[in-house]
Amino acid sequence: MLYPVLIMVFSAFKSNAEIYAAPFAPPTGLNLDNLARVLGETHFQQYLVNSVLTTGASIALILVLGTMAAYGLARYEFRGNGAIFMFFLAGLMVPLKLAIIPLFIELKAMGLIDTRLGLVAIYTAMGLPSAVFILTGFLKALPGELEQSARIDGAGEARIMLQIMLPLARPAMVIAAIHNAVPIWNDFFFPLVFVQSDRLKTLPQGLTVFMGEYNTDWGVLFAGLMLAALPITLLYILLSRQFIAGLTSGALK
Amino acid sequence: MLVFAVYPLASSFLYSLYSWNGLARGGFAGLGNFKQVLLQEPFSSWTYRAFTHNVVVFLSLMVVQNGLAFLIGFALLKGMPGHRFHQVAVFLPVVLSTVIVGFLWKLFLNPIFGAVNQALIAIGLAGWAQPWLGQPQTALASLIAVNTWHWVGFPALVFLAGMQRIPREVLEAARLDGAGDLALMRRVIWPLVAPSATIAFVLLFIGSFNWFELPYIMAGLDGSPGGATDVLGLYFYRTAFGAVSSGLQDFGRGSALAVLMFLFIAAVASIWVRMLRRREIEI
Repeated sequence: MLYPVLIMVFSAFKSNAEIYAAPFAPPTGLNLDNLARVLGETHFQQYLVNSVLTTGASIALILVLGTMAAYGLARYEFRGNGAIFMFFLAGLMVPLKLAIIPLFIELKAMGLIDTRLGLVAIYTAMGLPSAVFILTGFLKALPGELEQSARIDGAGEARIMLQIMLPLARPAMVIAAIHNAVPIWNDFFFPLVFVQSDRLKTLPQGLTVFMGEYNTDWGVLFAGLMLAALPITLLYILLSRQFIAGLTSGALK
Repeated sequence: MLVFAVYPLASSFLYSLYSWNGLARGGFAGLGNFKQVLLQEPFSSWTYRAFTHNVVVFLSLMVVQNGLAFLIGFALLKGMPGHRFHQVAVFLPVVLSTVIVGFLWKLFLNPIFGAVNQALIAIGLAGWAQPWLGQPQTALASLIAVNTWHWVGFPALVFLAGMQRIPREVLEAARLDGAGDLALMRRVIWPLVAPSATIAFVLLFIGSFNWFELPYIMAGLDGSPGGATDVLGLYFYRTAFGAVSSGLQDFGRGSALAVLMFLFIAAVASIWVRMLRRREIEI
């Protein structure tokens, strides 16, 4: 499984001639030309910044809104509770890609085409169902005595939520964040449709521009691919345990 | 969510009933768009071609990707040497963007010096080297293989998680009765991981009929060569937003396609889930 990734890393440090001659061999020296060219000649950094901003803002919104919604649904009983939960659940089943035409017209009318805000709005809407689903399940399982004793001690509802419940829910929030961060970071489809100007492109979409420009310079292409894959790979290796646990537990409920 | 997910989905249905002139809505067209997409040449034959490809993709991924995933899950369960490492490694490609994976394999499949052909030559199979993405017979199969490399880790983990929930005693009892690996897999594990299979199957189904990024990156918007890789996702995007070659965009026909795809996916997925759920056994 890892071999193709390894070849990508090898090739990033080789010249074109070396790749032609021995595509599988490790690089002979630490040739940094390719990396320097990717960083120096293309808008790579700009794409990276855009990806970080878009993904970061979306995840922050998903967590804030998702936690509030899940907290309300899990800890309070009110009319329509079940209906609202079902409404969020329904969002899990629907492939939003198929609604792209009305979405396009709607964003156009709101003036959100070709803005970061437009993407963030879509990603937040897309991520909320799963976040609410994960967090509600977790918050429901927390014991009610905690809440009652806090209430007896005179804590207000907001204080109970922020100081008692949320710290306990942190593992679930991490899982919800990871679960959404990867697809949003990697998304290609929505930026393809909604972003036209080069300075707003996210990394996956920016790559296609960059790959088109350098379509004969194999070393530079591989270097670009490696750099683009680097952030998410590092993050994955660092968090792999939580990541895998989160995905398997989420997948089976 | 209401504004950015529910409302657009509902509008899709409405939009498909009108004729469109670029971004402007024209007159009411009734079911005209649906008629065009399903019955009128050349659109109808494009629709059926793309649909057939989606079916092929789904069936082959079902066998190759999910089959492999089940075996990997079983190997990880048995705890072969270094299984912790393998568990992390198998899943690594899943976190990579389809754009990265697509480009990477496009470079590997390059006919002149791509790593795949070079590897075939190196092991004495030079006769097998060919322009994988350049000929209609191999292009779709190559995309399916790349998709398998990219995603197999996900169903593998789903299966592994299901297998880990099977009580140890059940497995040990089967072993004592003299069950080998194969019998254990077929008679004990397979029926007991049914909930995992439901998830893996249905997600694959939805994914296969929404397939867009990989063929777009590796084969282009026209499903080249010669439409051999054209799938509903590409056809839908092309219809709605126009191809590179023709600047035409038709929101009416695009919406009709989207509605048909949505109804098909929703109908088949819900019926299938019900069928699959029925064969699940409580442990």
